Amino acid sequence: MTATISTTQEVDDMNQISETEEHQAIAVTTGKPAGKNIPVDDARPAIEVADFNSWYGDFHALLNLNMVIPEKRVTAFIGPSGCGKSTFLRWINRMNDLVPSARATGILKLHGQDLLAKDTDVVELRRHVGMVFQKPNPFPKSIYDNVAFGPRLHLKMSRSELEGVVEHSLKRAALWDEVKDRLKTSALSLSGGQQQRLCIARAIAVGPSVLLMDEPCSALDPRSTAAIEDLMSELRNDYTIVIVTHNMQQASRASDYSAFMYQGDLVEFGPTEKIFTKPDNEQTENYITGRFG
Amino acid sequence: MTDIHETQSGRRLRRVIKDRFFIIICLFAAAVCISTLCILLGSILAQGMDHLDKQLLTGVPSRKPDKAGIYPAMIGTIYICLVCAISAVPLGIGTAILLEEFKPKHPILARLHGFVQLNITNLAGVPSVVYGILGLTAFVEMFKLFGAGGDPWWTLGTTENWYYLRIPFGRGVLAGGLTLMLVVLPIIIISSQEALRAVPNSLRNGALALGATKWQMVWNTTLPSAVPGIMTGTILAMSRAIGEAAPILIIAGIVYITFTPEHLMDDFTAMPLQIYDWAGRPQEAFHHVAASGIIVLMAILLTFNAAAVVIRQKFQR
Repeated sequence: MTATISTTQEVDDMNQISETEEHQAIAVTTGKPAGKNIPVDDARPAIEVADFNSWYGDFHALLNLNMVIPEKRVTAFIGPSGCGKSTFLRWINRMNDLVPSARATGILKLHGQDLLAKDTDVVELRRHVGMVFQKPNPFPKSIYDNVAFGPRLHLKMSRSELEGVVEHSLKRAALWDEVKDRLKTSALSLSGGQQQRLCIARAIAVGPSVLLMDEPCSALDPRSTAAIEDLMSELRNDYTIVIVTHNMQQASRASDYSAFMYQGDLVEFGPTEKIFTKPDNEQTENYITGRFG
Repeated sequence: MTDIHETQSGRRLRRVIKDRFFIIICLFAAAVCISTLCILLGSILAQGMDHLDKQLLTGVPSRKPDKAGIYPAMIGTIYICLVCAISAVPLGIGTAILLEEFKPKHPILARLHGFVQLNITNLAGVPSVVYGILGLTAFVEMFKLFGAGGDPWWTLGTTENWYYLRIPFGRGVLAGGLTLMLVVLPIIIISSQEALRAVPNSLRNGALALGATKWQMVWNTTLPSAVPGIMTGTILAMSRAIGEAAPILIIAGIVYITFTPEHLMDDFTAMPLQIYDWAGRPQEAFHHVAASGIIVLMAILLTFNAAAVVIRQKFQR
C-alpha cells in the first residue's frame, strides 16, 4: 500500500491547493464531493472525470461523477450490482459505443485527451486502454495467435519481433512458464485462470497505458484469483489499472484507491485503506461491513 | 406413510410409461421419414438401373430411349451452378455481414435495416417460378431497355469465342445461373446470418477492446468462427439450386439440346429439365430413362454435399 493515509483536514488542504492550479481545476470546480475525489499521494492524474453523466435511453445510469483516477495505481470500483461501475468502465474505452441507446455528457479525459469528443479515434483509444472481461474470452485460436492478435492488427512486425512481443506479454502476465512449450495449442485448452491471464497478456501485447478489468476474477477459483491479484500488484508499476469488483476483500487487498458507487452515484472515493477503515459516508460503511448490497 | 409411498410409486410408473411412449412416437416419426426415403430411392433404383450406363452419361438426348443421354444437361447444370455459386456466395455472405455486423445506429437507417431484413426473410418463401419470371425480365430481356428485338445491343467477341458476351444476356447460361442466384440468395443470407449470430459477443468485444476496427473484428474473429455454419447453409442452398427446375424452365424452355454450352450466352439445358422432359413422354421406356437421370442427379448432389461436409469438418477442427 503506497497511498498515504490522510486525514480529512489534509484532503481539504489538497482541495485548497489544487483550486489554484489550472489543470486540476476540473476536479474541484464541480459539485458535491469533488474536492475529495483526487488522489492524495504523488500519483499523477490518468483519468479525469468531471460532471460526468450517462444514460441508456431514458435511464440515467451515471449521475454527475467527479474524480481523478491516478496513474500507475490500482483503483477499485465497488458497489452493488447495477450501480453503474461497469458502465463507467466501458466509457473509458468507449465500449459503450456498441450500445445504440448509450450516451454521455460531461468531461472524461485520459492524460488530458477528451475521450467523449466526436473526433476521438476509438480504435486508437482502445490501443491505449486495454480491457479484460468478466468471463475469459480467448479467441478460438492458438495461444500464440491470441497474444499476437492485437499487435497484428496495428503494426507490421517481423516474425521475430512478434515472437518477442508474445513472449514478453506472456511473461508479464505470469503465464509464460506454463505455456511456453505449447504456444501452438488452442487457447481453449487452458484452465479458466490461465485463460484470464492469457486475456491479460493479450491486452498487454498492444502496449496500453491503462488496463480496465471488469470483475476479472468472478469466474475463477480462489487460487487463480490470487494469481491475478499478484499479477495486478506487479503490473501497477507500469499500468494504470481500473478494476470493477464485487469482492470486497479483493478491493481491500489489491487496490490503492477505492470508489464506492451506489445507484449511479459516486458516493465515496479515496485511498482504499481509508475507505475500508473509516469511510466518511454512512452508506459506504454499511456496504463494506455487509449491512446491505 | 405407506399411502404416500404408494401414490408416489404410481406416479413413477406413469412417468416411466410416458417416457417410453414418447420414445416410441419419436421412433415412429423417424421411421416414417426414413422408410419413405428408402422406398423412393428403391423404386428409382429399380426403374433406372438398366439404363444407367455409359450411353446415358455420355450420350445426347435422342428420340429412342435406348440411345438417350444426359450429358449436355449434366454439363449445363454444372455451368449454371458454377455461375450461381460464384455470384451468390459472395453476395449472400456480404449481405449477411452487413445485416448482422454493421447494424446502423441512426433511427432512419435502423428502420431501413429492419425493412431489408423483413424482405429477405419473406423472399426465402417466394416460389421459385416467380424468380424465373424475374430472371426473364431482368437478365434475359434486361427490361427491354436495350431494344425488344432478338439482336443484342452490345457484344464482346463473336459466338465463336469462349468469352462471347452480349447485352441483354438472352436465354443463356449466364441468365440461368443468375436466376438461380436469385433463388438461393435469401437462403444463403439467412443461414449466414444465423451462423454469425451464433458467434458469442464476447469474442467481438474482445477483438474491439484490442483496438480492432469493425472490419478487422469481422475478418479475424467473427467470420472464422462462423465459417462452418455459413458453409452448411451454402451447401444446402447449392443443393437446392441443382434440383431447381421451374425457374430454369422459364429461362431456357424445353430445348432439344444436343451440344454443351460453348460460352456464357449459349443455349443450355439442365438435368431437372431433361428429367422432366423424359418423365412427361408417353413411352414407358422414357420413364425408366428419367429414373436413371434422377440417379445421376442424386449422385452429383450427394458428391457436392460430401465434399462440402469434408471442407466443413476441416474448418471446424
